[in-house]
Amino acid sequence: MPIKLPSFRPRKDAYPPDLWTKCPSCSEMLFNKQLDKADRVCPTCGHHFRLSAHARLDLLLDEGSFRELDAGLSSEDPLGFVDQKPYPDRLAAAQMATGLQDAAVRGVGMIEGRPVSICVMDFGFMGGSMGAVVGEKVTRATEHALAERIPLIVVSASGGARMQEGTLALMQLAKTCAALERLRAAGVPYISVMSDPTTGGVFASYAVLGDVNLAEPNALIGFAGARVTAGTTGQELPENFQRAEFLFQHGFVDRVVHRNALRGDIAQLLRYLKPQAVPGLGSEDGGARATFDPVRILTSLADRYVPEAPENANGQAAPPAAPAAPATPASTGRGRSRGR
Amino acid sequence: MVDKLIGRARDGGREGARETADADRPDDPKGDAWARVALARNLRRPRTLDILEEIADDVVELHGDRGFGDDEALVAGFARIDGRRIAFIGQQKGADTDENIRRNFGMPHPEGYRKGMRVMKLAERFGLPIVAFVDVPGADPHHESEERGIADAIARSIGLMSRLRTPIVAVITGEGGSGGALAIAVGDVVIALENAVYSVISPEGCAAILWRTADQAATAALAMKMTAADQLELGVVDIVVPEPAGGAHVNPEETARRLKTVIIGELDRLAPVPLDELVDARYRRYRSLGAYTESAAPVVVQPPSRGLGDRLRDLLDPGRWLLGTPPPGTARRDEPNESEV
Repeated sequence: MPIKLPSFRPRKDAYPPDLWTKCPSCSEMLFNKQLDKADRVCPTCGHHFRLSAHARLDLLLDEGSFRELDAGLSSEDPLGFVDQKPYPDRLAAAQMATGLQDAAVRGVGMIEGRPVSICVMDFGFMGGSMGAVVGEKVTRATEHALAERIPLIVVSASGGARMQEGTLALMQLAKTCAALERLRAAGVPYISVMSDPTTGGVFASYAVLGDVNLAEPNALIGFAGARVTAGTTGQELPENFQRAEFLFQHGFVDRVVHRNALRGDIAQLLRYLKPQAVPGLGSEDGGARATFDPVRILTSLADRYVPEAPENANGQAAPPAAPAAPATPASTGRGRSRGR
Repeated sequence: MVDKLIGRARDGGREGARETADADRPDDPKGDAWARVALARNLRRPRTLDILEEIADDVVELHGDRGFGDDEALVAGFARIDGRRIAFIGQQKGADTDENIRRNFGMPHPEGYRKGMRVMKLAERFGLPIVAFVDVPGADPHHESEERGIADAIARSIGLMSRLRTPIVAVITGEGGSGGALAIAVGDVVIALENAVYSVISPEGCAAILWRTADQAATAALAMKMTAADQLELGVVDIVVPEPAGGAHVNPEETARRLKTVIIGELDRLAPVPLDELVDARYRRYRSLGAYTESAAPVVVQPPSRGLGDRLRDLLDPGRWLLGTPPPGTARRDEPNESEV
């Protein structure tokens, strides 16, 4: 019987590809462990590599303060979608590769001792595409922020809506924007962080709607893919087209922030943007509607002091903050906060 | 009579809709889906202003977003339908090449959506219900639109429509192209013409990304379930209005007449609903869209970080097991070695 020794094949794939990374910007070879230590920013040229969801959480939150919620959400295949592979196979492969259930992780944590509701995306999971699970997690994070009256932070990293879920993925734009409108009306702050890339339906919904929009240097941020734009128009595109600095220049990003400074910047902003004590009245135009409406204030106060029903049957019964359950006909996500 | 004509998803008439859909379920689903895409894009298909002309007794168009300019790809204003005063908004494609160039092939710029928001806010203030006509390949993709914030305009328009305290009836009349369509398609009820399509990306775009060739557009169109009947089953659309034989362009008057009956019916159904209830129901409608499963404990998957030691072992061990030699003690599977701590 011929014996094949598999040990010392000088094959290319035997090289662990995750030992070294070549910086696409300055071509420096970077040792991955050092790169991780530097929060995946090239020490030579400052190029920002993409960050996994958990690395992002470690970067932003106080150590050990993160508690994940709704970890059990996973996508279905409502269309029976098959392209070159069935959608469930793609999902399973992505779950194996990343260890995540879907392209977003949400929960609660602290930033310099202040509690926040946070949802971060992971580009490694099917290009960070937004299907029902991502939309649901962002919405629940928003409803949680509203119920607990704590700031909302969403870190985007996504190619856009997930084609495999068809218009149901598109409807996540409506779901998330609607929830954010309620948060805005209630006077609870929302900071949107756009990392590389934030495009398509994610950019055109919750990512762009932050009370404050932050972006990482040189992150690709845009609505239509650059190839689409160039292809349909045949025009030459501006040099930094759809980069964070382009968005900054045109007034859609408040600050372009280096990753090292991101946590500090958010903490600084949160010192100014404190959730308002009484749900705000009126719309974004502020004061377009009556500023004093006693019945509404009393109603909303009454709503907020309803003793909480044990609404989560799913066993995630960590006491300090129950995850916001999907809205039922009786509860609309507004004013479901516990008494303090 | 209306109820016989249309499939109603809301009031338990869903089976009726299914029957109709099943009855004309074609032998060649791919060809059928693609034929409907072609019908939705037909150059002679009645446009927003054509339909309004037929169904309204009086139309006043408003112009300008008060910030940048007027966008002719999106029309908005007031109209009177059978004595009911409404605000309308809709994308407007052209009837010929000249008009199409003027109207940018019905692809709105940010200022178009901002004009729409302006008119919708007016409607809210003056108690007018809104009827939105959706017919758009997609929002304008030129770089000028990016500079002026097309994503911002779309997101804000979606958000505004989700909370407006006035009834909103959305009608997909032709192409429902992604975010550019949804920006004005958030409503208390969503109606679609039989040959309208609604999708998250154009079939050509989907094919180019997932099949790596735009030639598979028909396959992508079928896979995305973008026809009105499919959208009804998914719950994205509530009512499908049948078109005259051959498509809406064959008999625009009849198409408009059928649409008018349904629109009036929905306006009258929504008018007496208290505004708080209306807005809450609208929130819940979109809140419930999307399919996912929820398990109490997350399925445990392999940890993402694997060190050099693991990888080397993966390479070496299968061979060793084959040879019948157990791996050396230093590389036991269950213990991490120092190199990865």
